[in-house]
Amino acid sequence: MHELPAAQALLKIALERAEKANAKQIVALYIVVGELSSMVDDSVQFYWETIAKDTIAEKATLRFRRVSAELQCMICFHKYRPSQSELICPQCGGVGAKIISGEEFFLEAIDVEN
Amino acid sequence: MTQRISVVENILNANDRLAQENFERIQAAGVFSINIIASPGAGKTSLIERTLPLLKGRLRVATVDGDIATSLDSDRAAAAGASASVQINTGGDCHLDAVMLRGALDQLDLTQYDLLIVENVGNLVCPANFKLGTHKTVLVASVPEGDDKPYKYPGSYRGVDALIVNKIDLLPYVDFRMDYFLQGARVLNPSAAVFPLSCRSGEGLEAWIKWLVQNAA
Repeated sequence: MHELPAAQALLKIALERAEKANAKQIVALYIVVGELSSMVDDSVQFYWETIAKDTIAEKATLRFRRVSAELQCMICFHKYRPSQSELICPQCGGVGAKIISGEEFFLEAIDVEN
Repeated sequence: MTQRISVVENILNANDRLAQENFERIQAAGVFSINIIASPGAGKTSLIERTLPLLKGRLRVATVDGDIATSLDSDRAAAAGASASVQINTGGDCHLDAVMLRGALDQLDLTQYDLLIVENVGNLVCPANFKLGTHKTVLVASVPEGDDKPYKYPGSYRGVDALIVNKIDLLPYVDFRMDYFLQGARVLNPSAAVFPLSCRSGEGLEAWIKWLVQNAA
């Protein structure tokens, strides 16, 4: 559900950048989505089709790059992927970790035609 | 000819910027502010109802209530003694965002309050993505929801400043492993303050009130 405002924000950024480059059409958007970002590609795609209509991004393809979650234990500094039911460090059992990756939600680049 | 333009911009940047503006505005007025998030039924409104009478004479409180529809929650806050109570109906949106909070701030004379309590829409996924600009985020969990929630919703549990575990009066009747729950919550949040309490019996409320008063002083 929160993908609607996300798709709107995405469109706004893409249109601004395309306009700056005097582009006639946006053909692709490269979006980076972290596993922990709670953004669902299909949902963004679904809203995109409605909101991008009648803009120069209408025919653009959304390309998603997924980034998996990685944590780093702040006790033994072991890096690990959290499992479904366990977040503690698998090496030392430490409680207290930093998120190294997995929270990304940004627009990396766009392809445009002039 | 196709040309690639590098962007590298956080998609929710515009909201983040507005949240920062809200923060500066609240801060300038000398108000301490919290954003309360929880799943529906965890006890956000009950917590506010229980909290307000205990702050009477100590802090002047304004509340902002986000709901998809109805003003039931802000009515309850007003009845419990909020000096001012603003209702935001999100009209279907599953979370509050910085624009909505800005609209609510416009309706309040912030200089008249010490504490601003923002009650987000009941939802454990969406609100975590949209910063509002409050000083602290408070998550209300509750015993009947189960002890696996920090593992299922790390995005919401991460970055929380205070964690309330409500409905502890139900512990004898529910399979809820407090240590497993707290371990999951603490991995990503070692410094969060934890308050096990019951809005129904009143047990544990004192420590929570103390935390609020200390922060707002």
